[in-house]
Amino acid sequence: MTGLTVAGETRAASAVGSVRRFTSRRVTWIPVLAAVTILLLLLVGAQLYFGNFFTPRVLSSLLLDNAYLLILAVGMTFVILTGGIDLSVGAVMAFTGMLGASLLRDGLPTAVVIPVMLAIGAGMGLAVGVLVHYFDVQPFIASLAAMFAARGLAFMVSLSSIKVEDPAILWLQSTRLQVAPGSWYITPTGILALLVVLVGALVLHFTRFGRTIYAIGGSEQSARLMGLPVVRTKILAYVVSGVCAGLAGVVFTAYTGASYPLNGIGTELDTIAAVVIGGTLLTGGSGFVVGSMIGVFVYGTIKTVISFLGAEQSWTRISIGALLLVFVVVQRIIVARSAAQRR
Amino acid sequence: MRRLVRQRLFWPIAALLTLIVVNTIARPSFISVTVRDGQLYGPLLDILRNSAPLMLVALGMTIVIATRGIDLSVGAIMAVSGAVALTIIAGSPSPDDLGTVLVAILAGIAVALVLGLWNGFLVAVVGIQPIIATLVLMLAGRGVALLITGGFITTINSEPYRFLAQGYVFGLPLALYVSLVAIAIVAVVERRTALGVLTESVGINPEASRLAGVRSRGIVWGAYAASGLLAGLAGILYSSNISAADANAAGLYIELDAILAVVLGGTSLMGGKFSIAGTVVGVFTIQTLKSTITFLGVPPAVSPLFLAIIVVIVVLIQSPRLRGGISRLATSSRAPKTPEVVR
Repeated sequence: MTGLTVAGETRAASAVGSVRRFTSRRVTWIPVLAAVTILLLLLVGAQLYFGNFFTPRVLSSLLLDNAYLLILAVGMTFVILTGGIDLSVGAVMAFTGMLGASLLRDGLPTAVVIPVMLAIGAGMGLAVGVLVHYFDVQPFIASLAAMFAARGLAFMVSLSSIKVEDPAILWLQSTRLQVAPGSWYITPTGILALLVVLVGALVLHFTRFGRTIYAIGGSEQSARLMGLPVVRTKILAYVVSGVCAGLAGVVFTAYTGASYPLNGIGTELDTIAAVVIGGTLLTGGSGFVVGSMIGVFVYGTIKTVISFLGAEQSWTRISIGALLLVFVVVQRIIVARSAAQRR
Repeated sequence: MRRLVRQRLFWPIAALLTLIVVNTIARPSFISVTVRDGQLYGPLLDILRNSAPLMLVALGMTIVIATRGIDLSVGAIMAVSGAVALTIIAGSPSPDDLGTVLVAILAGIAVALVLGLWNGFLVAVVGIQPIIATLVLMLAGRGVALLITGGFITTINSEPYRFLAQGYVFGLPLALYVSLVAIAIVAVVERRTALGVLTESVGINPEASRLAGVRSRGIVWGAYAASGLLAGLAGILYSSNISAADANAAGLYIELDAILAVVLGGTSLMGGKFSIAGTVVGVFTIQTLKSTITFLGVPPAVSPLFLAIIVVIVVLIQSPRLRGGISRLATSSRAPKTPEVVR
């Protein structure tokens, strides 16, 4: 944060007007820039401390290890932008993973199983959306019910873990596309995650659906009065999150090579934290998929740093909690300031 | 009859009674109470005894929800208070000493109170959304508890501490007295003073009640402090029941059970009017449901699915749209165009 204010001051000295224009027009980008600053500080600090952090291996694995979280975060961004929340993503990811693994074990072809997993995710999202919209259930409670349901269903598939031996699924994880041995690499899961980010960003910025999502998050009442399809868009946002959870199920199954019904416990919190750290306001209407990606990388970097330190993994959650707090307070100040300006 | 159905507590109590009747039919021993050494035993008493931690947490949650908030950190606070108390007892030379145990309990509760005050500070003073403000502690709290116990499950052998959850006084479990006293204190403070009305007014319209001279900041702050305190006590009871501080398992998902109990009891998540009696009934319903699920031989892992179904049914019953639709159907079949206020 200090880096940001210093940068702001120097710019203010040179061109007060342009800064004021920037902060007033691009106020929603400030949290994202803050997240980028934090990420860079973390990376540089880790490199200075460990000396061997900035290696292609470590940085490549950052994307590999967090591909599922990245996909979840994109879906969550859609929901949070409408002013909702989706607590079911971790459990849906576990359920689709379990179901997929058991179907594969029964000999179904991969080309059938993966669409089924995505469809199940979409169905769970649709159920949450319908509850939220048609029955005025709070998103928190509706997605909580979906979380319970998905977790229970995951256990109904099997109480123990199912190993996945399907070559196509394992290919997603084991293939390393790299220029030279030991240098940068990317796995198909990583490409998939980046594609999801790209598609998410394009949809949010260049389609009617995406712009409607921002409009609803800004003010649902106004969006309705403008004649925007509020109902369809809101429900669709949960469906997007569900599909992302289904896809994350595929990626996570590939990542671990097995499905376990307890997979992804607490993942919904990590996802929300990553999205918030990435600068999306929980009140909705303001935020970016790219920001969520930065948030996921911040999360991944903290996790890597802590394992580098050899400290207990409980520090991950503590630092994420602390970081979340900092970002929420910063957002709060920004919102208060822009509200004061408007007056 | 109609008046009876309109009673706020009608549906919660009906649900609880139905559960008890179903259980009794399925196994007549359910309502039996046996006396051994002047102490009462039986499935119903087990429910009363085991529901104590949830009861304490749900009471605090009721007050927080009445202020239009939510407290997700109660489970983490339970873990912290149990960890603090047990670490003190485990570190003392005389774990059976009553003084040591008292100091440990007070320390655990004091830490919980501080955590509750912290939540209240974030919500009431800084103005962060309750879900996020308490999410910070929910993420970080368990990590803190793990650090306190050093990553292990601290076990102790302290007779006075164990007595707290398992002991009997005048033939009834001590834990039952604890929850009864808590219910009484909360009921008296909220209902025999103006505090309850003020809390409701803050929940219904924070801005209007502030303009009307209600010191909403203090009331909201106090609600989170009370929730933290009660969660701390619940953590002590939980750790005393198993004579161990398990930072990962203590109070896991209890925030969800507590929110569910509050909603089952007829308190709306939108804040405002709350019902302590409703919460008490809701807690017993959930505890009975859990014992029913165990009795039916459903693997505990699948029980979330049942909870999900119950949540959906309850929120659908509470949904104004569904109720409105039903009452519209009822009125249109009898007397068309009778304007009815649907709550």
